[in-house]
Amino acid sequence: MIYAYFLVAIAVIAAAQRLTDLRAKRALFLLLGAALLCAPLFDRNDATFNVLADAGIFVLLALGLNIVVGFAGLLDLGYAAFFAIGAYTYAMMASPQFNLHLPFWLLLFLAAAFAALLGIILGAPTLRLRGDYLAIVTLGFGEIVPQIFQNLTTYTGGPNGIGALDFPSFFGRSFGQNTIPYYYVVLALIALGLFFAYNLRDSRLGRAWMAIREDELAARHMGINTTAVKLAAFALGASFSGLAGVVFAAKLSLVSPDLFQFQVSVLIVSMLVLGGMGNIPGVIVGALVLVLVNNVVLPQANTIAASAGLHVDFGNYHFFIYGAILVGIMLFRPEGLLPSRQRKEELHHAAA
Amino acid sequence: MHEFLAQLFNGIALGGIYALIALGYTMVYGIIGLINFAHGDVYTLGSFFALTILTALGVSGELHGVALIVDVAIALIGAALLCGIVGVLIERLAYRRLRNAPRLAPLITAIGISFILENVMQIWKGPAPVPFPAVVPNPSITIAGVAVGAQQFLLVGLAVVMMVALQLFIHNTRLGRAMRATAEDRDAAQLMGININKTIMLTFLIGSALAGVAGFVSGVYYQSTWFFNGFGAGLKAFTAAVLGGIGNIAGAMLGGFLIGIVESFATWKFGGQWSNVTVFAILILVLVFRPSGLLGEAVYERA
Repeated sequence: MIYAYFLVAIAVIAAAQRLTDLRAKRALFLLLGAALLCAPLFDRNDATFNVLADAGIFVLLALGLNIVVGFAGLLDLGYAAFFAIGAYTYAMMASPQFNLHLPFWLLLFLAAAFAALLGIILGAPTLRLRGDYLAIVTLGFGEIVPQIFQNLTTYTGGPNGIGALDFPSFFGRSFGQNTIPYYYVVLALIALGLFFAYNLRDSRLGRAWMAIREDELAARHMGINTTAVKLAAFALGASFSGLAGVVFAAKLSLVSPDLFQFQVSVLIVSMLVLGGMGNIPGVIVGALVLVLVNNVVLPQANTIAASAGLHVDFGNYHFFIYGAILVGIMLFRPEGLLPSRQRKEELHHAAA
Repeated sequence: MHEFLAQLFNGIALGGIYALIALGYTMVYGIIGLINFAHGDVYTLGSFFALTILTALGVSGELHGVALIVDVAIALIGAALLCGIVGVLIERLAYRRLRNAPRLAPLITAIGISFILENVMQIWKGPAPVPFPAVVPNPSITIAGVAVGAQQFLLVGLAVVMMVALQLFIHNTRLGRAMRATAEDRDAAQLMGININKTIMLTFLIGSALAGVAGFVSGVYYQSTWFFNGFGAGLKAFTAAVLGGIGNIAGAMLGGFLIGIVESFATWKFGGQWSNVTVFAILILVLVFRPSGLLGEAVYERA
């Protein structure tokens, strides 16, 4: 059953990509949205919506990272750090840790703001660096942040993290252990994220990002303040990650440093690479495919293998899968599975 | 003072390993402008190869006399050769096709290769750290009241010998000159009749072989190895290369020793859990304030 959700969503998005009629495209997306909104009315399986909410969190992360990597062409290998900032914001301000119990909705905004601020603090000195150096700096940053959370035991609970986080509530009604409310929160945030992502892409800022991605020198000579524009990409991308972090922490009711390691950053990059960097429907599909593989296919493969008497843990092959995606796509289809037409042209032009 | 010296010697030994790895980063970056992210994993692979060779030779503990020299030589050369071959294969299969692609494409591919290598090693030797036989005897020698293991001397000596040999090779042989020319300007070098593909392959061969040597040495030194070692060590070695000035061979050595010393002191003063934070903070600071490193030339954006 869970496959149906993923496959239908992927199929609809892929089909919409092929349509040239904008109105039909929009109708298809709205239909998908409406179907997802109504789904819990017909399907009472909590586990399904648990996976879907997780998938939604990754879709949100992919949308955010897509602004940085896809639109502006800045390879950020430490994106999980901002995710961690969001999650720890919620964990420290809505838990018995400091006996602060700020509301979830306020913390969503606060975490987005913190993450954006941190993005600016990190980006301001580093965004002048060339692309590959920036990648390594962000990687270093991504290593430092969870390590700091791990080391500051008095504030963050150290390696064990912080548990027993507050359940969010909506007009006085607590989410409790239900997954459906999280599912709706995630859907709402994705809608918001899509609204921002599309409007940013088509704005003056978005065009500046793409100009920088294609040729930074030329962009600067066209009068674009490249540092400010790149900083905006960094801050906006980070804020998506902060939002996702809050929902992630609240849903899990737990944070710990090992949830935000380098592998998470690479997982999100793999989603973009697989789906097609820069193309919004593409990165959504990338996120859905990888969550499906990680959270559904591999655990099921384990169960099947175990019932066949085999002792394999397919969970051990995550690295291989991400690696194979990165290498395979870069070598054979650099524009990803579902590219924007513009990006495809760029890459094939560059290769020629 | 006693502790200071002890940490200094530790740091220099550690630095020898980083320096050997950093050479591979710096050579590859110098010649094709790629941060070869998989290089750290080639280093781990070196320790795995050495371990496999030693096991095949039936070595499980300390060796003496002729056996020491012969077995260590076989393991060392074997690990270096196999790593060199892996490095060349990676270049041939993955990076060569992307030589003219947008510059992030090979970097993303390198990350992918790194993940694949890590996973292969995890399956090969398991997810837990693997013990490595202490093949080389380690009598301690007292210097200024500090007991220093003979292995530390061997390690540093080996690293220095390798670097001097590399420096001589690059500056005094035809192939070395071809490498420098290719690093300077690939197109011009090609017009001068240099076989670019061969030269780049040679760079990967040498860089990866040095990582293999580092892998063997680190196995002996720590008496253990782990499939994920290369990630951290690779990043630190890259930091070393950047600190010294990327593309600069002497810089990589200097940076390697400095990073080793810094890490050793950070562990001593702030505790082991802060050593990574310290090293990465240095990486960020160097890249921000002096991206050309200590010995490097000014870096400019290549088209």
